Amino acid sequence: MKKLINGIDNIVDEMLDGMVAAYPGYVKRLDGFDVLVRAGGSKGKVALVSGGGSGHEPAHGGYVGKGMLDGAIAGAVFTSPTPDQVFEAIKAADGGKGVLLVIKNYTGDVMNFEMAADMARDEGIEVDQVITADDVAVENSTWTTGRRGIAGTIFVHKIAGACAEAGGDLAEVKRIAEKVIENVRSMGMAIDACTVPAAGKPSFDLAEDEIEIGIGIHGEPGVNREKISSVNEIADKLLDKIFAEGIYNSGDEVAVMVNGMGGTPLMELFVANKHIKEVLDGKGIKIHKTLVGNYMTSLDMEGFSITLLKVDDELKKLLDAPADTPAFVQV
Amino acid sequence: MATRVYECLKSIGEKIIENKDFLTDLDREIGDADHGVNMARGFQGVIEKVAQDDPDIGAVLKKTGMTLLSTVGGASGPLYGTAYMEAGKVLAGKNEISTDDFLAAFDAAIAGIQKRGKAEKGEKTMLDSLIPAREAFAEAAQGGADLKSSLDAACKAAEEGIEFTKTIAATKGRASYLGDRSIGHQDPGATSATITLETIRDFL
Repeated sequence: MKKLINGIDNIVDEMLDGMVAAYPGYVKRLDGFDVLVRAGGSKGKVALVSGGGSGHEPAHGGYVGKGMLDGAIAGAVFTSPTPDQVFEAIKAADGGKGVLLVIKNYTGDVMNFEMAADMARDEGIEVDQVITADDVAVENSTWTTGRRGIAGTIFVHKIAGACAEAGGDLAEVKRIAEKVIENVRSMGMAIDACTVPAAGKPSFDLAEDEIEIGIGIHGEPGVNREKISSVNEIADKLLDKIFAEGIYNSGDEVAVMVNGMGGTPLMELFVANKHIKEVLDGKGIKIHKTLVGNYMTSLDMEGFSITLLKVDDELKKLLDAPADTPAFVQV
Repeated sequence: MATRVYECLKSIGEKIIENKDFLTDLDREIGDADHGVNMARGFQGVIEKVAQDDPDIGAVLKKTGMTLLSTVGGASGPLYGTAYMEAGKVLAGKNEISTDDFLAAFDAAIAGIQKRGKAEKGEKTMLDSLIPAREAFAEAAQGGADLKSSLDAACKAAEEGIEFTKTIAATKGRASYLGDRSIGHQDPGATSATITLETIRDFL
């Protein structure tokens, strides 16, 4: 394993201090906790708090700022943060109008955030939650953990964040967040695995000519392994699975995210996006906005995910509203 | 006796830390390669924080649970944290453990795990070791076996539970994303639960 680190045990700690050093005007760190909140606080509005394991940078600390999150908790690499950390974030972010937790659907994240929400309610803080589950690689079922929350979560941060910034109350911000969740789907793939620093070796092994379809963002193996093909063919496969949801039809408008997993050059993401636009054009689906970049990464994994969000006038207005955060600036 | 429980927890911690890479490798197969790392971090915390002079067994277990909850993270943190805290509630004020006490604590721990994780037996989780172990323990204890012999029966059942997890697909936890591809692999949580029971047996 080759990594630019000083020691496995202090990666998250040093990363957070480094983020604050880079963006002191945006974020500050809660003393003694792995939590970033807005440097200027969040008085008088509903606060949005999210978080999860580290290794997905810029998620989630990079989205703390005007128009998006109010607080973000960083767990150990790929490990959901503990309830005490989430509880501190809720307390610090609360501006008196309640707190909405944006939780990615993983067993650990849901358990830890829910325990923290209980602790906060005991202290009289109004807390509600939404759970993102946009990954269509995983079949949904009442008997299983259900779909994972992946890159589509960033659209929830952006749109619910804009709603909160505009003065929406907790119920309204939650309604908007759930509307995004209903209309957003993603699917990802990898051409090579990532290496968790503490594990020291790749999370799965792929031969030189193999790819993994349907990977998550934690180095977990995908749902299907196959021979590598052109990026157009790969994008078609991901899109087919997303279209099979039946949400995106001719005449609809969508926002598109082509998300890099951390180890893939932007060059390749743009190549993929060229084809994605052609496919959407061919289906008569109008593109309202496209985001191409590393929004929700998986350490050094090589690969990408495609996210589609169906938008109407309400979602478009909030998606287009200004945001000013370390990782997402829109004027 | 609280000192003995502290020593026992220390020995569980040492065993978990010893098996850090093994548990992580199991998790690498069907999860996200961090089970051993997280559990080792948690039990390092337990070894440091739990003190010999805690007043009774319940207090030692409660502190263990709180420590795991605030250091492990992931799903294992809330699950093991809850298990130890629930067992601690049952054993509050106690300075000795009978087989009946152990069974009551075992029941409370399993109930806590099920409430938090919303899982049943047969979903490829730690419950596939713990529930059969609890049944075997109860049967042995009812037949008049002492604590160590009852735990020995529990450990055998827990081992069989691990073998059973190899034959089924996961429907809970991160391995559930793999569907049938999780078949053939043993569950890391069932493994760490079995290591825990075996260490208690060996300690007695």
